[in-house]
Amino acid sequence: MNARVLAVALGAWLWAAPLLAIDLTPPLADPKQQQRYVTLIHELRCMQCQNETLADSTVSLAADLRLEVHDLLAQGKSDDEVRDYLVSRYGDFILFRPRMSWRTAWLWALPGLLLLAGAVAAMRVLLSRARLLEGDTAPIDSDLDPK
Amino acid sequence: MKRFLWPLGIFALLVVVLVVGLVHAPDKGVIRSPLLGKEAPQFSLPNLNSGGEFVTGGQLKGAWHLVNVWGTWCFECRNEHTALLQIRQEGRVPIIGIDWKDEDESARSWLQQLGDPYSEIGTDHDGRVAIDWGVYGAPESFLVNPAGKVVEKWVGAMTPEIWQQKFLPHLAATGSGS
Repeated sequence: MNARVLAVALGAWLWAAPLLAIDLTPPLADPKQQQRYVTLIHELRCMQCQNETLADSTVSLAADLRLEVHDLLAQGKSDDEVRDYLVSRYGDFILFRPRMSWRTAWLWALPGLLLLAGAVAAMRVLLSRARLLEGDTAPIDSDLDPK
Repeated sequence: MKRFLWPLGIFALLVVVLVVGLVHAPDKGVIRSPLLGKEAPQFSLPNLNSGGEFVTGGQLKGAWHLVNVWGTWCFECRNEHTALLQIRQEGRVPIIGIDWKDEDESARSWLQQLGDPYSEIGTDHDGRVAIDWGVYGAPESFLVNPAGKVVEKWVGAMTPEIWQQKFLPHLAATGSGS
């Protein structure tokens, strides 16, 4: 009995899930373009609710921006042209995947530099300890002897 | 003693980074517009007050203009309305309104009720022009110079203080305003 209720509830939920769809933009005719559209809206930021992508957001600005991306692609614009246009209006912030430029280079450089700094520090500590052992020729017992 | 110098230096650096972060915290929510210093985007919108005529971006050239994006659904727009009326009264810069995703009827009754600070209002029903201007939260105000370039932008309600501190200096610097 319980299992049946559960099954019905699950079925209803699965059936209803598409009704909760956020994106009501009509799909692009060309499936390849539609694929690019879906990828793009997943990596563009909704500027109003700043931690959501365009794909996740229900606010009207996100819907407008999805339509804008849709129309630009339908006009035959490339992914980069779409990104360029939106960056020229909203700035780099609209990209969830930051682009390589002089201003963002430290995002990539910093982890490497930190790793290098850590490695150098570790080397120095290890080497200084090794040197200490080399010079320390006194019998080990003398260390324990209070004298 | 010397062995503590390194961690202390790193700690001091961290403190500096955090202090800088804290000091700039109020600006963090505001995104610097890439439009600053660039040509104001072109547009052509139906005029709210006289049907058939269009409000266009080309009109912005030749004189200073304040472009204000608003909507009757926008709470903060009501708060800035008095400031806009004051700017209108000052008479130094005409205000071009972009009525963003709004109903013409409610826009008209809003202006009747609260007064009309705009010299012209274009109605952006589908929000295309707002996207072109990089608008993400009404109200937003842009100062456009006689060359048609955007020189200042403010996101949020306009106040007399912001007008005086951020916008008026641009006008004073060129000695223009009329």
